[in-house]
Amino acid sequence: MSASVDTATATPVPTRRSRGETLRLYGRRLLRQPIATVGTVVFIIFLLMALFGPWIAPYGFEEQSIPDRLQSPTLQHPFGTDNFGRDVFSRIVVGARGIFLLGGTGTILAVMMGTTVGLISGYFGGLLDEILMRLLDVLLSIPSLLLALVLLGTVGPSLLNLILVVAVLYIPMIARVVRSVVLDLKTKEFVEAARIRGERDSYVLFREILPNALPPLLVEASMRFSYSIFLVASLGFLGLGVQPPSPDWGLQINEARNYLESAPWMLAFPALAISLLVVGTNLMSDGLRRVLQPGREDS
Amino acid sequence: MLSFIVRRLGFMVLTLILASLLIFAATQILPGDVATMVLGRFATEQALDNFRGEMGLNRSLVVQYGDWLFSFVQGDWGESLSTRADVRDLVLERLRNSAMLALVAFVMYVPLGIVLGVVAAIRRNSWVDHVISVGSLAFIGLPEFVTGLLLIAVFALRLDWFPSSSAIPPDAAFFDRHTLERLVLPALTISLVSLAYIARMTRSSTVEVLGMDYVRTAYLKGLSRSRVIGRHVLRNALLPTVTVVAIGIGWLIGGLIVTESLFGFPGIGRLLLFGIQRRDLPLIQATTMVIVVIFTMANLLADILYGYLNPRIRFR
Repeated sequence: MSASVDTATATPVPTRRSRGETLRLYGRRLLRQPIATVGTVVFIIFLLMALFGPWIAPYGFEEQSIPDRLQSPTLQHPFGTDNFGRDVFSRIVVGARGIFLLGGTGTILAVMMGTTVGLISGYFGGLLDEILMRLLDVLLSIPSLLLALVLLGTVGPSLLNLILVVAVLYIPMIARVVRSVVLDLKTKEFVEAARIRGERDSYVLFREILPNALPPLLVEASMRFSYSIFLVASLGFLGLGVQPPSPDWGLQINEARNYLESAPWMLAFPALAISLLVVGTNLMSDGLRRVLQPGREDS
Repeated sequence: MLSFIVRRLGFMVLTLILASLLIFAATQILPGDVATMVLGRFATEQALDNFRGEMGLNRSLVVQYGDWLFSFVQGDWGESLSTRADVRDLVLERLRNSAMLALVAFVMYVPLGIVLGVVAAIRRNSWVDHVISVGSLAFIGLPEFVTGLLLIAVFALRLDWFPSSSAIPPDAAFFDRHTLERLVLPALTISLVSLAYIARMTRSSTVEVLGMDYVRTAYLKGLSRSRVIGRHVLRNALLPTVTVVAIGIGWLIGGLIVTESLFGFPGIGRLLLFGIQRRDLPLIQATTMVIVVIFTMANLLADILYGYLNPRIRFR
């Protein structure tokens, strides 16, 4: 990859810049990456859908109209209607909320817990580190969809359980990222200095180390979110995610199975929504990696 | 190298024991009362008591866990609650089917993914590269149940080349036309996501290696392009791919669960879903444990292979 002048001079740890300047710098770097900008815009559009879904959707997501069932896309129903005569477009718009609620909240929870584990494990090291890391290995030794299915199968797929399962699945990855940053920073002068000053461990961890772990953490979090979209949709498809009649993209696709030939739009539009959001988030996270960690090239 | 393998083996055994604890906790402790979970909320007190006695649920959890793990290791995986069949026979039969499906998928996507990635890297920024990169990105965004349905819509319903259902008898013989025909679409479905990941990973690592000084030296020495790529570049560029292939086994398993359910293929993923729908605890426990053992062994194998290919790792 040819490094631009900017990436060659920028340091991964911006020091003497005000917060506004830093943000503007990141913004400029992001705009210089057209593909990442497109990804970010796609992500933001879906985020807005999730926030304002019920006001954007032209019909209620539960509004059935049997005479209008299985209609191909028209001006009244831009994405057509499903087997109950419900507006596919409205269900997709409102379904975005479910994806963000489950995947987003789950990811945020995973970030909070994973960061705590990673900080403690990397900073204190020793036996505690060893034990925590082995426990995380155990979580990683079970394929994520399998673990999600077993947990939801026994405790039942309520909204809270779904969020908790997403969080539990992603804690190990987040913790590992944070831990590796901590191990790297622990020996740096500014951390030593803070310790010699007599600062408490909590101060060193949260005020000195954590801010420097934020860029990789943000990148990892956006990656995890894009995986969680997949996971939540797959669970919905398998019937262990959001329960009907709530709108869910995976569930919508499952319902489209029997109408592949007579109503292909029932499959096409939810599939497109999933694909766009996953790819958009992926591109955004690639861009974030380049903007926030210019020293390290994409892997 | 030997001590490296022994250490990894030790970790694997420890991980498996802890994983078994986790699975036991998730299935037998987390739901609260197992008898109510299996028999439903409206079961009589008498029925619940009988069930607890039959399943040995009145004993302490430690004893229950020890007993379960001991029987599992000995090969006694219990009796299915919903079908009354021997769990071990059931699981092993379905495992064979899934292994066959996975194998067909694996031999499709691993070589193809590597070839596509290397080609994209060598022809960087050409239209070939753009087609491969954009195509792989699009497939990464499509979950298996979507690609599977798209494949069914095109190749089964529209073109009528392959059957849309893969519901073969669980004990069907492979290597006959009837069975193989029904493996193509599910195997293709599982392959696409992993294919895209491997192609992307191989491309970026090959690009990185191509820019190294020693590659330029090799060219300057006057070696032919094919020799430089084959002898000097690939050896290093494929290292990260080994890891991706290993991580990919986790996706492969996830993909199997979704794909088998979509196509009605009698594999271990569909057996697990069946177990979950019927709240068939022995079945869920055994299926999960078997998958975890396979997954862990695959990871171990990848670790050893990685250590063999990259000697620096061994001395960490």
